Amino acid sequence: MSRFSKASLSGALVLAFATLAGGTALADGKYSGVGRPATRAEIHAWDIDVRPDFKGLRPGSGSVDQGQEVWEAKCASCHGSFGESNEVHTPLIGGTTKDDIKTGHVLSLVKGDAPQRSAIMKVATVSTLFDYINRAMPLTSPKSLTNDEVYGLVAYLLNLAEIVPADFVLTDKNIAEAQARMPNRNGMSTDHGMWPGAPASKGGIGNGGKPDVKNTACMSNCKTEVKVASLLPVYAETAHGNLAEQNRAVGPVRGKDTSGKAAAIAAAPAPLSENAAAAKLANDNGCMACHGVANKIVGPGYNEVVAKYKGQADAEAKLVAKVKAGGQGVWGAVPMPPQGHLKDGDIRSLVKWILSGAKAQ
Amino acid sequence: MADQPTQRGRVRPAPENFLTETDIIAVKEGRRDFLRNALLTASATLAGGATARAADGDPNILTLPAWTTSLGQPVAARPYGLPSQYEKGLQRRESPGLTRMPQVSVSFAPLQGLFGIITPSGLHFERHHQGWVDIDPSKHRLMVHGTEDGFVRQPKVYTVDDILRLPPVSRMHFIECGANTGMEWGNVAVPTVQYSHGMLSCSEFTGVPLRLILEDCGIDWKKAKYVLAEGADGSSMTRTIPIELVQSDEVLVAYGQNGEMLRPENGYPLRLVVPGVQGVSWVKWLRRIEVGDKPWATKDEAIHYIDLMPDGQHRQYTSVQECKSVITTPSGGQILLDKGFYNISGLAWSGRGKIKRVDVSTDGGINWRPARIEGPVNSKCLTRFNIDWVWDGKPAILQSRAMDETGYVQPGYGQLRAVRGSKSIYHNNAIQSWKVTEGGEVSNVQVL
Repeated sequence: MSRFSKASLSGALVLAFATLAGGTALADGKYSGVGRPATRAEIHAWDIDVRPDFKGLRPGSGSVDQGQEVWEAKCASCHGSFGESNEVHTPLIGGTTKDDIKTGHVLSLVKGDAPQRSAIMKVATVSTLFDYINRAMPLTSPKSLTNDEVYGLVAYLLNLAEIVPADFVLTDKNIAEAQARMPNRNGMSTDHGMWPGAPASKGGIGNGGKPDVKNTACMSNCKTEVKVASLLPVYAETAHGNLAEQNRAVGPVRGKDTSGKAAAIAAAPAPLSENAAAAKLANDNGCMACHGVANKIVGPGYNEVVAKYKGQADAEAKLVAKVKAGGQGVWGAVPMPPQGHLKDGDIRSLVKWILSGAKAQ
Repeated sequence: MADQPTQRGRVRPAPENFLTETDIIAVKEGRRDFLRNALLTASATLAGGATARAADGDPNILTLPAWTTSLGQPVAARPYGLPSQYEKGLQRRESPGLTRMPQVSVSFAPLQGLFGIITPSGLHFERHHQGWVDIDPSKHRLMVHGTEDGFVRQPKVYTVDDILRLPPVSRMHFIECGANTGMEWGNVAVPTVQYSHGMLSCSEFTGVPLRLILEDCGIDWKKAKYVLAEGADGSSMTRTIPIELVQSDEVLVAYGQNGEMLRPENGYPLRLVVPGVQGVSWVKWLRRIEVGDKPWATKDEAIHYIDLMPDGQHRQYTSVQECKSVITTPSGGQILLDKGFYNISGLAWSGRGKIKRVDVSTDGGINWRPARIEGPVNSKCLTRFNIDWVWDGKPAILQSRAMDETGYVQPGYGQLRAVRGSKSIYHNNAIQSWKVTEGGEVSNVQVL
């Protein structure tokens, strides 16, 4: 079988079962010399996934308080002290109620009145929170948290959403109790045709590929009028740069000049100025996610940094050290994570650029 | 430019960006003849001055250019070739404001300028969850094991050397992000096909069927129901894949893309290829396959990549990219140079198999004509369609509507929203409409 479609699926399965009637497919040594057995230690090192039934969860524990401590140090700079921040990522916490915890289905999703969906409004499985934090957080140093720190962080988040009390200690033994109170635990449906495997009726997922939306291939006089429901908003036309420069310069069409400049002539891009290169560095490394040039976001605006260090001869050296090692307390409780992954030269360029006013050009 | 003297006659298109704001206003006022004037002036200027002016013919012919009268560049001047300097406009680009960190973001392929069905590897769309990495292949490993002892008889570790020793296959498939066209669920939001449909690419992938590797580990097909695929980047992204798709031999552990190794942005040195399924399941930098008996509800199948329905339920494990098409030329943000003949061209694809037919409308969906399907027509692969169109200079709305081999017909926005509402984000496969004004300007609209 080289192709897989609904029509050929049953055939494929019959063939597969006929061939594999013995159950286990024999490794027949055909590929001798290729690959080697994995050791227990190797599997243990990489097999960190946790399923909704908590298969894979390693024993451990963490309290809400312990979680809060780690949260303030390693998570709050991006997600806000209460998981509420919308600055760098969409909010983690918010939009769920005590009633949702009872029903297991977030009411504001049903009513459709939530301005935004937080992670806790969507997620049905507490295992997902544990697994993801454990494998991928913090963003700049994933897999640096201890097992107990992950328990604590999950406990802290669950407490923020009022799923567990403030004195709660989350463990592998009681995590199922937390699952039973997840506010959107009944909010997932697998009754759809978009799962490309066995359907629910055969122990899999979904309805076996039956589409939910239908159209017909009408060819003439298909309707009496053309209803245009939506036009490109004026601001959106220019929000994506100059479209003339995003199309080929030959052919049947040209891109529309949306630069706003009369008689804009395409010029070869000049090499980046020192300022532009530093601005790009700041953008590429995520600095601008937390710092504005002229405004505070999570961390201080660069204008505030300049004002604070004005006239200090060692400002550059001080700031280079701060960027490298991270810091907390100067601008409030939200810490800046260490940026040790940046090259020293790049950090110096960034600091010089910030102190010189963080100009775009 | 619009005020320059005129000369009748068809002249080659002018260089990029010759339309000034004044010209565009002129177009909006319906004075389309300015285009000919502008073109002529542009060519005359380019040819090096008014003296070459053109009673005898085109100065580009009459005065030989430098490239015809000089020695060209040596071989291997660029050991890894690059596109012409005149093709700089066709680049993958971010959509401003869509995401707030460039490491957790998307860049879109410039569909408006691509031909045929293969996406050049350097223009392949990007989606990274925690930044991209360039992995040393001599240090990369693929591990295969089971959730329980016995799901595979012998858990194994493969080096990249090992994987490249195994018998490969090469197949062309499309990859589309589940969130492609996601910004357009509620209303028109972006100006061009790059941003509306550019999380779509198509390559020839070379790799080893995952089935073969699992059999090499002695998989128990009776116990195995799902596999988990995991990446080696910081996000170590994971997705659940149905075992039936693996058994079909379609799922590949790929290393080749369009004749060379995968690009780092696309998962070098190993990625999973899961034909017909949304891109997030094509795990990049693939380091681990776990054989299991239940789905995992990972972050990208329990918090993201879930489809919000009007009743407040989220659909989970939606994976198949249903039949869809889009006209790429002419498309949003472009301007038709003149009345007359055009080739309308576009792409069609289906996660359920081959494209059977594509119909095109130029009147907003009242009447349709079947387009020419260009070969090859492969399963779960982009398919190019073309159709002749003589533009009479009147307003038009261009649409394409694809049908796949299961008989499924791509729906309109009205039909899609009637079932799924307008907040889903994922799996928007509605018919795309491009409005053409009398001035030749093409823009993104939605027709119910």
